[in-house]
Amino acid sequence: MSGVRVLIGTRKGAFILTSDAKRERWDVSGPHFGGWEIYHLKASPADPNRLYASQSSGWFGQQIQRSNDGGKTWEAVGNKFVYDGATGTHQWYDGTPHPWEFARVWHLEPSLTDPDTVYAGVEDAALFRSIDGGQTWQELPGLRTHGSASSWQPGAGGMCLHTILLDPSHPERIFIAISAAGAFRSDDAGKTWRPINRGLRSEQIPNPMAEVGHCVHRIAMHRSRPGVLFMQKHWDVMRSDDAGESWQEVSGNLPSDFGFPIDVHAHEPDTIYVVPIKSDSEHYPPDGKLRVYRSRTGGHEWEALTQGLPQRDCYVNVLRDAMAVDSLDPCGVYFGTTGGQVYASADAGDSWTPIVRDLPSVVSVEVQTLP
Amino acid sequence: MIRVVLPAHLRTLAHVNGEVKLHVEGQATQRSVLDALEAGYPMLRGTIRDHATHQRRAFVRFFACERDLSHDLPDAPLPDAVATGAEPLLIVGAMAGG
Repeated sequence: MSGVRVLIGTRKGAFILTSDAKRERWDVSGPHFGGWEIYHLKASPADPNRLYASQSSGWFGQQIQRSNDGGKTWEAVGNKFVYDGATGTHQWYDGTPHPWEFARVWHLEPSLTDPDTVYAGVEDAALFRSIDGGQTWQELPGLRTHGSASSWQPGAGGMCLHTILLDPSHPERIFIAISAAGAFRSDDAGKTWRPINRGLRSEQIPNPMAEVGHCVHRIAMHRSRPGVLFMQKHWDVMRSDDAGESWQEVSGNLPSDFGFPIDVHAHEPDTIYVVPIKSDSEHYPPDGKLRVYRSRTGGHEWEALTQGLPQRDCYVNVLRDAMAVDSLDPCGVYFGTTGGQVYASADAGDSWTPIVRDLPSVVSVEVQTLP
Repeated sequence: MIRVVLPAHLRTLAHVNGEVKLHVEGQATQRSVLDALEAGYPMLRGTIRDHATHQRRAFVRFFACERDLSHDLPDAPLPDAVATGAEPLLIVGAMAGG
């Protein structure tokens, strides 16, 4: 019988929840790596028992953990992330040049086909790749040495590469996003990159045609239609129908178009989910009501999903990597909050229930649908 | 025999309980002890000092014999009591955050 495994990264460890396909009863395993910040865990699409986790600490730095048994046991693998060649500078918050400094791994994206190949998006922004199961890491320096890189600036959370999308129909095509440089695309497996930010509007940037400098929070795609991208930007929900060549705003009737995560229904490429947040100075839901918004039209028209979610006195946030979907039918949707709750819907968002509710602040949520 | 006490998070990472005991070739210094520690426990590389520069991480401190050795040179001899194993070298995660 098929089932679901939910991989949760928190400020104080990792947790793994499992259920059968009914998604009614959940077993909680963890904390794994208790006391460490777990920015992200993700499983290999090519081997569901191969998991990778980014473990970090302000005291002791970065670790990468690998599991070969679905998260029952783990081993520390390579943690040496060294920029390739001269590091150069980006802009600091005050506009002065600042040398690239490695801080942590924000996001791990395993290859679609090879369990031993995995990409890492890091702060300060760069893309690394391992082809030996995480034992060693090599930078793909074409991104960090792009001609615009000296003008990139960190967002409030640091200059992080937080989104990596691998195109299933074009094996050499990779999309990434950096706060606050914007979105970039490579069509040659990461050797060269170009910004794909045409159509983004950011109030703080005087030049409406600015190639970089946009605070992209998250990008999502449906694997059956990888040329269509959906983006939650610092403000604005955006859509591209040409693999990022141009973007149109699809915020429509959202109560706020600020937010962090965005995701796509597993079986309906035009059904998308966001969690509106009141503003960039108040990182909590509008009116104290935690609402997921769903569009079944690829944007513009949104409906509030509230059943089972707190509709008063709720002031949690949902971070950019903290929403995921399963591929069962009906599609399951999952998200975690900074208050330590993980909510799940087994009916594509119509109703929600907390599957665990008192974890440390949740940083990331990923879901595996198991055979 | 050199005795090293790791902070709790690094004991967990290295899968050790209690003190670590190390054989160190030549003079016992911070560098030679950390070289031996990392050789025996490769997962600790990068957690106490930088991979490339070997500079101590900002929030890690070294103590022994009731002295703070954090700012001693890496090749300075450790106290005799550490070199003989009478006293441990304490690797400490600094308190921070108030």
